[in-house]
Amino acid sequence: MSTKTLNSSNDFAQAAKKNKGIALPFTKGQFGMVCYLLFVLVPIYWLLNMSFKTNQEILGGLSLFPQNFTLDNYRVIFTDPTWYNGYLNSIYYVSLNTVISLLVALPAAYAFSRYKFVGDKHLFFWLLTNRMSPPAVFLLPFFQLYSSVGLFDTHIAVALAHCLFNVPLAVWILEGFMSGVPKEIDETAYIDGYSFPHFFAKIFLPMIRSGIGVTAFFCFMFSWVELLLARTLTSIDAKPIGAVMTRTITASGVDWGVLAAAGCLTIVPGVLVIWFVRNHVAKGFALGRV
Amino acid sequence: MSLTLEKITKVVDGELHINDVNLNFEPGSFNVLLGRTLAGKTTLMRLMAGLEKPTSGRVLMNGADMTGVPVRQRNVSMVYQQFINYPNLSVYDNIASPLRLAGDDKQTIDRKVRETAEILRIENFLTRMPLELSGGQQQRTAMARALIKDADLILFDEPLVNLDYKLREELRQEMRELFKVRNTIAVYATTEPNEALALGGTTTVLHEGRSIQYGETAEVYNFPDTVACAELFSEPPLNLTKGEISDSEVTLDQATHFPLNADLAGLGRGNYIFGVRPSHLALFPVNEDDLEISVRVELAEISGSETFLHVRNKHLSLVLHLTGIYQYEVDASIKVYMPTHKIFVFDEDGKILKVPTRLPIVNQAGQISGGVQHG
Repeated sequence: MSTKTLNSSNDFAQAAKKNKGIALPFTKGQFGMVCYLLFVLVPIYWLLNMSFKTNQEILGGLSLFPQNFTLDNYRVIFTDPTWYNGYLNSIYYVSLNTVISLLVALPAAYAFSRYKFVGDKHLFFWLLTNRMSPPAVFLLPFFQLYSSVGLFDTHIAVALAHCLFNVPLAVWILEGFMSGVPKEIDETAYIDGYSFPHFFAKIFLPMIRSGIGVTAFFCFMFSWVELLLARTLTSIDAKPIGAVMTRTITASGVDWGVLAAAGCLTIVPGVLVIWFVRNHVAKGFALGRV
Repeated sequence: MSLTLEKITKVVDGELHINDVNLNFEPGSFNVLLGRTLAGKTTLMRLMAGLEKPTSGRVLMNGADMTGVPVRQRNVSMVYQQFINYPNLSVYDNIASPLRLAGDDKQTIDRKVRETAEILRIENFLTRMPLELSGGQQQRTAMARALIKDADLILFDEPLVNLDYKLREELRQEMRELFKVRNTIAVYATTEPNEALALGGTTTVLHEGRSIQYGETAEVYNFPDTVACAELFSEPPLNLTKGEISDSEVTLDQATHFPLNADLAGLGRGNYIFGVRPSHLALFPVNEDDLEISVRVELAEISGSETFLHVRNKHLSLVLHLTGIYQYEVDASIKVYMPTHKIFVFDEDGKILKVPTRLPIVNQAGQISGGVQHG
C-alpha cells in the first residue's frame, strides 16, 4: 500500500512539474522517509501524548493531543522520592556497569588482539556464547549467591550481574577496534621508550576512542533496558525504574498518566547517549562485529 | 658500538625462520640485508632490535650480551615498511616523542626536532597530523623519529617499498648522505638487488633463513659464492642452465655447443651449472666469441626505458635485460648472442667455480667500471 502511495505521489509530482513547473517540497525518497518515521514515531508520540493527559482523558476516548494539558504526571515523578530514586538507582548501576565492563574488557580485548595463547580462539568464542544464554538462566544462582554474600539490593550487585552479557560484548567490539591498529605502533612505542601503561594511555586509547565510545554506548543501552536481573536482585535501596513503574498498578486501577510520563523519561538517557556517539556508531557496527 | 649475532636460530611453530646466523656489524657501517620475501629479513631485524627473542644464540652489543634485554632498554630505532606514526600526535610530537621519553629539556628537544625535520625536509609540516601528509612525508616523519635519538642501531625494514618510484630514488640518495656522518649501525632490509647496489655498504644475502654470503655490496654482487646468491642478487634473476664440459667444447643443456675457451678450460671435464646475467645477453654480436642462439620471443616486458625480453627455444629459456625499448611480436624468431667469456660456472651443488674475469666490475657506488682482474 505504501508503494502505491509512493508511486502516485511521484506521478503527481511529475505531473505538477510538467504542467505548472511547481515541484513538491520533497523527493520520493524523502517522502518514504517521512512515512517511515511517522509510523515508527506514532507509539512514542502516543506515550508523550498520554503523559500530558489526565487519567480521565486517557480513559475517556480518542484524542490526538491533550485537551487538558497537564504536567501533573511529571510533577509526581519529580517530587516522589520512590519515583525519582528509581531513575537515580538505574543511572547509578548502569554507569557503574559501563565503567566496570570497559575496565575489564580493555585489557582482555588487548590480550585477544595482540597475543597468542593456548585456547585463545575458543575463549574468545566462549565469551560470545555468554550472550546466547538467556539471563533468566543465571537468575537463581545470582540471587542465591548475592543473598549469601550480602550483596542483595545493592547497585554493585546489578552492575556485576549485567557484566555477564556486557563484558563479552565489550571485549568483542573492542577487539575489533584494537586489531585495526597495526601491531607495529605498539612496537614503535616500545622502541621509542614508552612503558606499557604509558603507551596504552597516551597512544593506544586515543587511537581507539571511537571504539570505546561505541562500546560504552552498547553497555549503557543493554544494561538500561535489562529488567529481569535488575528487578530480582534488588528490593528497595537499589530498585530500578523499570521495577518502580509497576507501582502504578494498584487496587484502584492503573495510573496511566504517571506511567506514560515515566516511560518518556526512561527514553531520555538513551537519546542523550546516542546523541554523543552518533558519529561513531556506524563505525562501531562496521569494525566491531556487533 | 658493534653488533654481533652469534649462532642465532629462531623457530616459530616448529618452523625454522632463522637458521644459525652469525653476523658482525661494525660501528658506523651501512649494512644491507638482501633476500626475497620470507627469507627472514624482518625476523632477523626484530631479533636484532629485541622485539623477539632468539630460540638459541646470542645478540651482543659491544661485546655485552643483550639477548634477553627488552627493546625499551636498548638504544635502537626502527622504520617499518608501513608508515607507522602515532596518528593522534602532531608530526612535531611524533618526532619529539623519543626525546621526551628520554627526559631531555625543552630547548634541546625543539632544536633537535627542527634540525631533523629540516634534514628530512618536513619542517613545514610540523603542526600537521601524520594522516594529513602524503605517503612520502609520513615515511619521512617515521624516519625522523628514528634518527632523532642517537640510536646505536637503526633498522630499516624495506622502508621505501610503499613509495612511488621517484620518491624512492630521492630518499635512497638522502639515506646514503645521512649515514656518512653518523656513528651508528644502520641495517637496511630490501628485496631489490638494485637498491642494495645503490645503497652500497656491506650486504648480507639471506636465503631461507640462512646468511649465505656476506661482504661489501659490490664484492658480493661481482663474486657470488653460490647459485642462490647469484640468482638473488640479479634483477631479473641470472639465467641458469645445466651443461657439460668435454675436452674440446661446452654443451649447454645437451643442445647448444661452443668451443672451449681459455676462461673455461681450467675446469676440466664434467657436469656444471652455467649462468649468465640477463644484461650480458645481447641482440647483436659484440665480441667474436659470442655464441649465437636462435630463439623465439615469449614476452617483451617493457619497464620504463628498459626491456626484459623473455625468449626460449627447445632447450633454453633466457631473459635479456636490454637498455631501450624493443617491441617484438610474440613467437617472432630472433637470434640472441651469449658472450661465452661472461659465463658463471657453478658445480652441481651450486658452489661457484668460476667467476668470469673479463667482466666489467660494478664498483661500490653502483657504477660500472672497466674490467678488473680478480684472482
